[in-house]
Amino acid sequence: MPDDLKDLKIELSKNGIFTTTLEEIYNWGRKNSVWPLTFGLACCAIEMIATTMARYDLARFGAEVFRPSPRQADLIIVSGTVTKKMAPQVVRLYNQMPEPKYVIAMGACAISGGPFRDGYNVLKGIDRYIPVDVHIPGCPPRPEALIHAFMTLQKKIDEQALAGSSRPRHLQKDLPSEFPVPEFGEHGLEPPQNDLVFHDAPGNPLKVIQ
Amino acid sequence: MALPAIEEIKAKIEAAIPGASVTVIQNGSPSAQHSLLLDHAHAPAVAKFLRDHAELRLDYCTLVTGVDWPDTETSEKIKVKKLVKAADGTESEQEVDEVRKTKVPGYLEAVYHLFSMEKKHGPVVIRLRTANRTDDTHVPSLTPIWRGAEFQEREAFDLYGIVFDGHPDLRRILMWEGFKDFPMRKDYVPPPDEIPDVAAQAAGQESHA
Repeated sequence: MPDDLKDLKIELSKNGIFTTTLEEIYNWGRKNSVWPLTFGLACCAIEMIATTMARYDLARFGAEVFRPSPRQADLIIVSGTVTKKMAPQVVRLYNQMPEPKYVIAMGACAISGGPFRDGYNVLKGIDRYIPVDVHIPGCPPRPEALIHAFMTLQKKIDEQALAGSSRPRHLQKDLPSEFPVPEFGEHGLEPPQNDLVFHDAPGNPLKVIQ
Repeated sequence: MALPAIEEIKAKIEAAIPGASVTVIQNGSPSAQHSLLLDHAHAPAVAKFLRDHAELRLDYCTLVTGVDWPDTETSEKIKVKKLVKAADGTESEQEVDEVRKTKVPGYLEAVYHLFSMEKKHGPVVIRLRTANRTDDTHVPSLTPIWRGAEFQEREAFDLYGIVFDGHPDLRRILMWEGFKDFPMRKDYVPPPDEIPDVAAQAAGQESHA
């Protein structure tokens, strides 16, 4: 929205007239009802569960409804160590979610392999196969950190444009919404990463973190 | 009741099972937890004896471990008589130091820790060794004696490549079917393309060559 229109909007609201745009009200609705997938992998999942309980109360952000089916979920919180044996299932769950869909990689393991990075059995970050919107460091991150990540995601959703060249992936027809599921190879996962999402090429529309 | 000394157990085994070769492996650490190395042919019989013997009754196998002993190289200095050419061109016989290297082939080992629930004693540690680390990695399975060893022998098979003959269901247990490596062996290297800096390093070396 251009600045002069924003000023006008503020001026009108001072006089008791509420104006909005389709984009604003659409994103406002979306960001306040992000339903995560009931999905946990390791110790980070315990912190994620704590976040949803009364003390930290993720329901304040409209995200208390953890959906047991990926078909009804908007967000997958990859909470914990992704082993190579589990990685294909994580990617498959992501593929089964309807657009628009978001990913939070929670904890050192999910973002890089963490303390198990040198191990033979652990995937070195889920961003090798699916586009991650928010990374949270920590081992495990405290519930406050997950809430912060959640608010970061809300801000991001709020800023997404409905039209124009900067519109998000799910509104661009030629960008994929599903990503290849890695296969078990003779020495590790095949392929070791999806270059489309993993490589930090400038202007890569799938690389969510700029 | 206290457990008999390891030499006593060895004597009992050798008295009961003719032809069984039992070697005591000394443990020099303060724990002094010595162990018994068994031969392949008699290992199941010895295991059965240890389980059923009225005084020992080692009825509980708490853990099975794989150990990788890589090939080692020892070098020693020896004096050799050799013809040495001096600066003025004359040859003379002299003693010269020479380093001789001997390769000691490695092997894989399965270690079993045995306790007795009935007698409340233990552990007795027994070991089985493979012939080498490459083509003959067989040891007899002790799962028929202690059923609880089944999954742990599978794990040792999965991660070290020790083949347990006589195991009822020897498949990989942690890694997937079709995986070719044995990740807990000392010479295992993870695929280089998984770690970006290592992959970049390898690419850099190639371009230099």
